[in-house]
Amino acid sequence: MPIVALSEAVSELVHDGDVVALEGFTHLIPNAAGHELMRQQVRDLTLVRMTPDVLYDQLIGMGCARKLVFSWGGNPGVGSLHRLRDAVENGWPAPLELEEHSHAGMAAAYAAGAASLPFGVLRGYFGTDLPPHTRVAPVTCPFTGEELAAVPAHRPDVGIVHAQQADREGNVQLWGITGVQKEVVLASRRSLVTVEEVVDELVLRPGGVILPAWVVDAIACVPGGARPSYAHGYYERDNDFYVAWDAISRDRDAFTAWMREHVLEAVPA
Amino acid sequence: MSASQWGADEMMAVAAARRLTNDSVCFVGIGLPSLAANLARRTHAPRCVLVYESGTIGAKPTKLPLSIGDGELAETADAVVSVPEMFAYWLQSGRIGVGFLGAAQIDARGNLNSTVIGDYATPKVRLPGGGGAPEIATSVAEVFVMLRHSTRAFVERLDFLTSRGDRVRVVVTDLGMLEPRDGELTLTHVHPGVSVDDARAATGWRLAVADDLVVTEPPSAAELDALRSLETRGRE
Repeated sequence: MPIVALSEAVSELVHDGDVVALEGFTHLIPNAAGHELMRQQVRDLTLVRMTPDVLYDQLIGMGCARKLVFSWGGNPGVGSLHRLRDAVENGWPAPLELEEHSHAGMAAAYAAGAASLPFGVLRGYFGTDLPPHTRVAPVTCPFTGEELAAVPAHRPDVGIVHAQQADREGNVQLWGITGVQKEVVLASRRSLVTVEEVVDELVLRPGGVILPAWVVDAIACVPGGARPSYAHGYYERDNDFYVAWDAISRDRDAFTAWMREHVLEAVPA
Repeated sequence: MSASQWGADEMMAVAAARRLTNDSVCFVGIGLPSLAANLARRTHAPRCVLVYESGTIGAKPTKLPLSIGDGELAETADAVVSVPEMFAYWLQSGRIGVGFLGAAQIDARGNLNSTVIGDYATPKVRLPGGGGAPEIATSVAEVFVMLRHSTRAFVERLDFLTSRGDRVRVVVTDLGMLEPRDGELTLTHVHPGVSVDDARAATGWRLAVADDLVVTEPPSAAELDALRSLETRGRE
């Protein structure tokens, strides 16, 4: 399992038209890897993520996405995602196809993908207005006759997550709020993990999730790679940035200028 | 105390907090629900269990989190579980008693819209979407809705049904409280200084009023103190 430069990992693993999932539930969001996607101008992506937040707002606003598969698209604790809204409401910079789920449905779809099963199953969706706008089908339990909702498994081409540590063999550990990251890596055909640091030996943490080297395709050491989200034990969430993003993202020109200065012309990790 | 001594949001948080007990296990979102649940923990219900959908069970934050995944929630939690585990083992299994929800729109049956205003394909406003709400609404025993009262929010007909209203037990607003009576949300409380006509005027359907309508007990000095110290810490 090679430890490589982020730019090399992205150009190797991510191609135009891929289905790409960058996950991290508020914690450990792989922002640096997402920025590298924008610098490499990857296009026509189907972006999968439970909680598209600032990072997906940026990817959508920069025209990287064709379709979004998601369950909650907002700026947590702040409000709307203005680039996502502009894409859905006005088709700027390009129309965005939506496949919308609930969190429980997304979680079930990732878990099914990790297990290499064709679908996830849950009680949900029916009785709401969502079924005509998403991929869900009724399925009958062969044992009880109960009618349940089946959602197709998520099998992204590429899964990207951020973790605290890898060792020199490429084994990865993340801890704190670990969200759906293990499932994403296992569900995806190819996977990229950015880490805060590479250590000689992983010390097991309470609640820590280990990803063995042989399920990860590439690791890039990117200290601060989750900012403005946080890395438990390393740095805190930059709450002020999330608040500031509301004003930056409201206006197309302000957004584009900000992205040019802070992402496109920034030195790649 | 008189109604000028507290804000509308404070009245909402206090009224919702009072519905929680030491035995409550509640699924909490950010904003007013988080404020209400943390207030309950600091006043009459210190053993109330707070569950945030990021996977933190039994979180005991000292300040109000800005997001449901703030680090302090994990640091103070009894257990931190993955998101698939949270939704499958803990929520959908029926282990959580109370779920707080907000929305952009509610109808008289308690159904909620947090998806779009206008048509789905060509929305006037694209809202964040359901997130955890649809399965919270059908998995917990009791749904508590917190929503500011206006005719834009309290509508005859939802633009989109995101979460079902079957288990809504109370809607706490800045004007009063609504509870289902024979399946229809009915005004059962008005907050101090609010009239029934105020609530009717802010409701987009013909609002039924309970015969036993009461005025909400005003926030006590202790409740307001606890609330304000929480809010202050939340801004630090």
